[in-house]
Amino acid sequence: MAEIVLDKVTKRYPDGALAVQEVNLEIADGEFIILVGPSGCGKSTTLNMIAGLEDITDGELRIGGQRVNEKAPKDRDIAMVFQSYALYPHMTVKENMAFPLRLAKVDNATVEKKVNDAAEILDLTQHLDRKPSNLSGGQRQRVAMGRAIVRNPKAFLMDEPLSNLDAKLRVQMRTSVSRLQKQLGTTTVYVTHDQTEAMTLGDRVVVMRGGVVQQIGAPQFLYDQPANLFVAGFIGSPSMNFVPATLENGSLRSILGDVTLTDRVRQLVEGADAPREVIMGIRPEHFEDAALVDAAALSSGGKFTQHVDVLESMGSDKYAYFNLTGEQAASAELQELAADAGSDDVPGDGISLVTRLSSASGAVEGASSEIWFDADKVQLFDPSNGRNLTYTER
Amino acid sequence: MAGIGGAETPAKKWGWGVLNTVVVIYALIPVLWIVSLSFKSSKTLADGNFIPREWSLENYQNIFSTSEFTRALINSIGIAIIATAIAVVFGTMAAYAIARLDFPGKNLLVGVSLLIAMFPQVSLVSPLFEIERSLGLFDTWPGLILPYITFALPLAIYTLSAFFREIPWELEKAAKMDGATPGQAFRRVIAPLAAPGVFTTAILVFIFCWNDFLFAISLTSTEQSRTVPVALSFFTGSSQFEDPAGSIAAAAVVITIPIIIFVLFFQRRIVAGLTSGAVKG
Repeated sequence: MAEIVLDKVTKRYPDGALAVQEVNLEIADGEFIILVGPSGCGKSTTLNMIAGLEDITDGELRIGGQRVNEKAPKDRDIAMVFQSYALYPHMTVKENMAFPLRLAKVDNATVEKKVNDAAEILDLTQHLDRKPSNLSGGQRQRVAMGRAIVRNPKAFLMDEPLSNLDAKLRVQMRTSVSRLQKQLGTTTVYVTHDQTEAMTLGDRVVVMRGGVVQQIGAPQFLYDQPANLFVAGFIGSPSMNFVPATLENGSLRSILGDVTLTDRVRQLVEGADAPREVIMGIRPEHFEDAALVDAAALSSGGKFTQHVDVLESMGSDKYAYFNLTGEQAASAELQELAADAGSDDVPGDGISLVTRLSSASGAVEGASSEIWFDADKVQLFDPSNGRNLTYTER
Repeated sequence: MAGIGGAETPAKKWGWGVLNTVVVIYALIPVLWIVSLSFKSSKTLADGNFIPREWSLENYQNIFSTSEFTRALINSIGIAIIATAIAVVFGTMAAYAIARLDFPGKNLLVGVSLLIAMFPQVSLVSPLFEIERSLGLFDTWPGLILPYITFALPLAIYTLSAFFREIPWELEKAAKMDGATPGQAFRRVIAPLAAPGVFTTAILVFIFCWNDFLFAISLTSTEQSRTVPVALSFFTGSSQFEDPAGSIAAAAVVITIPIIIFVLFFQRRIVAGLTSGAVKG
């Protein structure tokens, strides 16, 4: 067990492509850290550099206080779980799990004991003599975990370990990975492109885009205080709504009507030296059916009346979708997010808005509805560079 | 086989059965004929019966009574095994490099080996003859082993690199993470998985060397290094006017046996789909 420090770690390929740019990250002993981002953002490359499967072009990687840039993977004492599991097909489950110990020349009795212990934890005891080809996806995944935990490495590296499982099993395994990590207390670096996994698993989340770290923080902090448009759009499901807006003497004019900024937001915006044209971001849960909001809140928040395009009742909540005519908020970050989600292929102009309303709401599909939103929860972004103008360290 | 045509109906089964029988008979009759000829005595050799009237081991005794055939058999076995071993070892290394590494000149290497495989061998016979004579390799084992390796290597590299490409690269990364040196990763993970490919290649290369006639007849002149296919062509009857067909048949049966043994011995190891279960699937 050890802490892992990335000090301005950079990866540049021979053809000049910059995959990872000056990543600074201090991972504490026993911490569960998530690297998340769309495909091609450099998260897997970063993990492979920690593993030693890819060379570090520049910067320093320290594990347990020791520089390991030049060390081979086998000398770094870290274990890795691969997306494809990478089980050895010619070995039984037992031999697969014993393989790292055999290489380390551990004596037979200890190997036996450690493999059995790991099998016990992962509920694999009755499968020890089977070959990987006879196992189900979930069992294979557990064998891959078992192979990682048997030798008590300094750290676990996991490269999208759950993405090959079906949805239901993935949720189950997610909780068991989390429980296992807490139980073993081993430093873990976990790569995923799934923001739900990032939110639920990690002590801290690192959001990456194009090889550059966008923000590092606890999942809730990233959700509440995204540093820029990219993080705001990436974290959260359904994602934040973005609408172009104009700042005018302390009030905010947009397609969602005019709203007076609250004192908190105004102070932040003034301090951030905001431009006149901004992008307004509001999370779906900060909307509500105006009929259900008390008078005091109603007057301080924003209000608009629109046709409900689609209404989805989830039982506990209602999701109301609106399609507003107007220019979409334009920025490089939002385009990239849309491309990653595949939604740039979906036809349709105008601004689509997702709102989460109380189940008591009387909104009806196809009819007009008056919707309120919380002015204090509004986040404002600079369209030129995506910076969050309402960001506070708190 | 029935799977290709969809549902397995009795009529379809019969159709395939008949077709298969015809193909097998067509392929096996010449072989059985040779076997039958080899067991006929010199008197009944040309009587045209498919099953010999009187069985005799005369032909077998004949071919083993002189050193002409036994010596050729030793040459054939020795040369084919040595050439196969060398070609497979180098082929494995080259194929692994081609499948796994990106190095300058890789495409050139693949192209050149393809070129060698396609080169008409007959056009090389005269230059090889001259070269081997001046180097003193003519009519020696190395004189045959070297050209065999040259022509077997492209075959070995192609077959093996296809096998290596099918082994997921992540297995090697996993082995490295588990604490293996590159050597250990190759020996304990990659080699066992590539074994079916290596055996398949070995069989192909061995058969190529074993069956070669062109180089063997051009680059040898005495019993010292003459292989069986060539020795067969030098068979004569006991007199100038006697047909050596019986002896040739017997020798042909004898040289088929090692190939059959070789294939039977290795076919168990050629288990398809050994790598299934390594990754998701």
